[in-house]
Amino acid sequence: MGNSFRIGYGAAVVTAATLAAAGAGALALLAVGASPLATYATIFTGPFKDLFGVSEILVRAVPLILVALGIAISFRSGIINIGAEGQMLMGILAATATALALKGLPGWALLPLTLLAGAAGGGLWAGIAGLLRARLGVNEILSTVMLNYIAAQLYTFLLRGPMIDPGELETGSGTPQSMRLPRAAWLSRLVPGTRLHTGLLLALVLAVAVYVLLWHTTWGFRLRAAGAEAKAARYAGISVERSLVTAMVLSGAFAGLAGAVELTGVHHRAIENISSGYGFAGIVVALFGALHPAGIVPAAVFFGLLLVGADMTQRTAGVPANMILVLQGVIILAIVSAKMYLNNAYAQERARRMWARLRRPSSAAPRPGGLS
Amino acid sequence: MHNDAAAAVEPILELRLAGITKRFPGILACDDIALDIRRGEVLALVGENGAGKSTLMNILAGMYQPDAGTITLNGRPVRFRDPSDAHARGIGMVHQDFMLVPNMTVAENVALGLRRLHRCLRLDLAEARRLLLETAARHELPVHPDAYVWQLSVGEQQRVELIKTLCFGAQVLILDEPTSALTPQETDDLIDRLKRMSAQLAIVFISHKLNEVKALSDRVAILRRGAVVFQGPTTEQSPADLAALMTGREVVLPHNEGRAQGGAAILEARQLQVRGDRGHLAVDGLDLSLHAGEILGLAGVSGNGQRELAEALTGLRPVAAGGIRFLGRDCTHTGVAARIAAGLGYIPEDRHHEGIVPAFSVQENLALKDFATRRFSVGGLLRLRALADHAAGLRRHFDIRCASTAAAAGSLSGGNIQKVILARELAREPRALVAVYPTRGVDLGAQEFIHAQLLARRAAGGGVLLISEELEELMNLSDRIAVIYKGRILKVLPSAEATRERLGLLMAGVIDGE
Amino acid sequence: MNPGGMVYNILSLGVPFSVALLLASLGEMFNQRAGVFNLGCEGIMCMGAFLAFLPPTFLKAGPLAPYGNLLGFAAALGGGVLLGLLFALVTVTFRADQGIAGIGLQMFGWGLSGSLFRHYIGGVTGVEGMAAWPIPGLARIPFLGGILFNHNPVVYFAFLLVPASWYVLYRTPWGLKVRAVGTAPRAADSMGIHVNRVRYQALMLGGAMAGLGGAYLSLCQAKMFADDLVAGRGFIAVALVYFGRWSPLGILGGALLFSLAQTLQLSIQVGGIKFPYEFAVMLPYVLVILVLALARKARMRGPAQLGVPFDREMRY
Repeated sequence: MGNSFRIGYGAAVVTAATLAAAGAGALALLAVGASPLATYATIFTGPFKDLFGVSEILVRAVPLILVALGIAISFRSGIINIGAEGQMLMGILAATATALALKGLPGWALLPLTLLAGAAGGGLWAGIAGLLRARLGVNEILSTVMLNYIAAQLYTFLLRGPMIDPGELETGSGTPQSMRLPRAAWLSRLVPGTRLHTGLLLALVLAVAVYVLLWHTTWGFRLRAAGAEAKAARYAGISVERSLVTAMVLSGAFAGLAGAVELTGVHHRAIENISSGYGFAGIVVALFGALHPAGIVPAAVFFGLLLVGADMTQRTAGVPANMILVLQGVIILAIVSAKMYLNNAYAQERARRMWARLRRPSSAAPRPGGLS
Repeated sequence: MHNDAAAAVEPILELRLAGITKRFPGILACDDIALDIRRGEVLALVGENGAGKSTLMNILAGMYQPDAGTITLNGRPVRFRDPSDAHARGIGMVHQDFMLVPNMTVAENVALGLRRLHRCLRLDLAEARRLLLETAARHELPVHPDAYVWQLSVGEQQRVELIKTLCFGAQVLILDEPTSALTPQETDDLIDRLKRMSAQLAIVFISHKLNEVKALSDRVAILRRGAVVFQGPTTEQSPADLAALMTGREVVLPHNEGRAQGGAAILEARQLQVRGDRGHLAVDGLDLSLHAGEILGLAGVSGNGQRELAEALTGLRPVAAGGIRFLGRDCTHTGVAARIAAGLGYIPEDRHHEGIVPAFSVQENLALKDFATRRFSVGGLLRLRALADHAAGLRRHFDIRCASTAAAAGSLSGGNIQKVILARELAREPRALVAVYPTRGVDLGAQEFIHAQLLARRAAGGGVLLISEELEELMNLSDRIAVIYKGRILKVLPSAEATRERLGLLMAGVIDGE
Repeated sequence: MNPGGMVYNILSLGVPFSVALLLASLGEMFNQRAGVFNLGCEGIMCMGAFLAFLPPTFLKAGPLAPYGNLLGFAAALGGGVLLGLLFALVTVTFRADQGIAGIGLQMFGWGLSGSLFRHYIGGVTGVEGMAAWPIPGLARIPFLGGILFNHNPVVYFAFLLVPASWYVLYRTPWGLKVRAVGTAPRAADSMGIHVNRVRYQALMLGGAMAGLGGAYLSLCQAKMFADDLVAGRGFIAVALVYFGRWSPLGILGGALLFSLAQTLQLSIQVGGIKFPYEFAVMLPYVLVILVLALARKARMRGPAQLGVPFDREMRY
């Protein structure tokens, strides 16, 4: 009875959470005068109407995978990184600067350097929060959120000033964007006629790499131990402070890389709103994917679908763009609530007894027995 | 819901539990229990650790809900949905972990629980103070109403807990392991007090210390594995009878027979000073020397610096002054990992959150200190096969009861978690092993096993520093016993000279004049 | 611009600028004292700002116009209570991770307020704001009069809440329960206090105050609504509780400090000093990080059970 009950219980909790999230989303849609059914229908079917739509799902999924992988590493190591948005921006700045500075290099050198610069930019930015937490005990949620705001200002400043495309100044239009990146620093197109690029392959390879890192290396063992129970990790001789900083830097590096990939694969220049909320959406994807690469990849595809679909509803039904934030918030709340129910042995036990009582109303006392 | 003291509540003449059953995930804590509690007498509730005594009383005090069974008060059925229901009816419990808010005064703590003092916008602290002093005078328990709880000693806090329950109008007083943190002299004192109080109240006192049970109780109920196996007058049972009933068989705990090998000093502390969590000097000029091939027991009331000493020795707490030497080399400031690598083992007090990573599997926990060694990893990659084999072997040898070595270690019972920790530490064959309360909360069978393992380590030439609250355990296993008091070693006695009386005096800070 | 004039400007602006932070932070103090930290404070402020904006905008022309602001504050208060209730459901009843749940609530509030605004109002509209009530006599004191006694009633209300909060926390039975529940919930439970119920109450109060703080931003300070109106003040409010060591007076000090940083930024621009706009905007956020970094000793004295859900049946 044990296993089948556990599976049924898990399914019931997940279904309840899904329904709650969908219901809350529906209420919000009603409040803005949109029809929930029509909106959900557009979101879930619209993108599949043509090849371009399907490819767009994957285009959105790429940065989501990368950010979520980094978030998974940080969450599992016991440090909560909400700063992916700012880390992406810093990564983009570093990558843009590198690509433009080393213009003359051939593609096989320029592209990897650009991507590495992006990772370094994001990693260093996150490292600030990591060090603050490890050395001074500063709450990392607060520090990464603050760093997000700071990064946003820095980004705007640089794009409007020192890093602006000289062409903009000449023509006088003053759009805050950088110069176009040299062709050598572009990720190649995977499917002609779409925006899908080789960044997808990179993301998938890194997903496998993260799996190996976390569960098959001594490094990953240390990170997971520090995240699961810092006291025991310290007892075992693991430096929790070093794990926290490492995890944070890695997490930021993935976010920075996501930014660099978006830069070199999709936009080819630094523009405003380039990160379009991927930093926050990545957190939701990571949670949805149960902080495991095998869950993150399909979760990212699902979220890509949501994002493309939401874009469509914005254009066709006039649903405000912020609704996607509402949905994300609702999903987060539903997931963290469900998670506690799934992990909590006491709740499971209470549910099991209630179920047993419902199925056998005649017998009063449950059969004495041993382990579940 | 809260009434004034005994006046408005009907006096409790008899409290009867019948058919009480309670389960927790994976454990049947109470199995169809029937129990009688009567006014004017002291009932002792006895059993091994994990037998279900605390759970049963928590049900009576309204903290847990039974899955089945009834409670009748003076013949009428009652149900306690939460602790305030139980309070209202006159049930008061003094828990093993005191239920006091540390950063509030004694009076505020009492005021917290007295609903009638809560006048919408004003808190009547003056009334709480008056009630406290009145109750204290009536039962001869001195108390300071305006002292902050964190400033009080353990014995004083216990007194506050007692008075608090009496202020709430308790007629049935339940005490859960009241003497675990007291010196032998304080224990005798408490027993006298309780005897005097038992005339007007019904007292239930939970213990696993049989000599106290004999001294204090009129009737005794024995629990084994969640079921009552005996209920009757105490006078008819000898401690040996009680022990046999508790365990269901003859248990002879292993005894340290041999003479100490008298090996070299392997772990030494010299004039050690270590700061506690609140900044005070928890260890204050301590000298200690553990030799190879011996078990050195460390006796003392908990809170005298044992935890800080163990943490300093193993590298988990910085040393303020003084030195530590391991295997002849100074290691005062070396890190934890270096000491582990040099052969220092540690069985910590907090087995659930320090000794294991609860979310990790048993297999991963068994290699928690060695995962990076060549045996289990190559070039950074873990050798999962080697880990699995290692775990399987240890599981067999130490008889660790778990569904599989892939099960989460946190889901195991307390005794089995302790076995995992022990297995891991002993398999590394440490030169010195620091063991802090290794048998706390573990049933007699597992205790037997742990004692045997410690003695085996000693026989193999290792040294064991055994920190424990149980005097019997220390006297049984140690070659020498040191007594720690206020962060210092008062005296080290050879085990032949260590009697309960001498140790008791030393634990209270009295250095006998010799 | 003469330095004296600049200082006067900074201080007299600084006082009302601190109101939103002060309100939200005092509310968060109650949350944290009870053992729960609510990072969704930011989202609640966003919703409060939006809800407060509705009545004055729609009632502008009608007979209820003079009551617009009052209704706005009432709406924000109600919305804050509801969101606080939602957060309590997730973190107290469902025992979810408070940090992540807070971010979820923040996204929800931020997105919903923006979406609703775009749908129902859209565009850039303004409200009249609130007139100042100069305190007779005191307002005429040179220099100090203008800084302290010449503000709209909400400012006075917010500052009066500081001693009021102190009284509630330390002198009333409910405050005693809140403090007990955040430090030793097991002990409180054993004495018959409904730990979860007290936490619900604290969260609803905190939500109400955060809503009021947001309402102040849109109705009195900026006199308009936009997506980036709150701009992280909710998070700063949470940080202020740590900085102020969970005491009303410390929080007051922190709120004033932060608002001074903001008014400094404005004064620099108005004063014509050459300083990049974006760097000036960054100031408060950098200040938060500095303050958190330097205030680390304070964390040791926080409520012992902050962030830990309570379950009576759990044995460890």
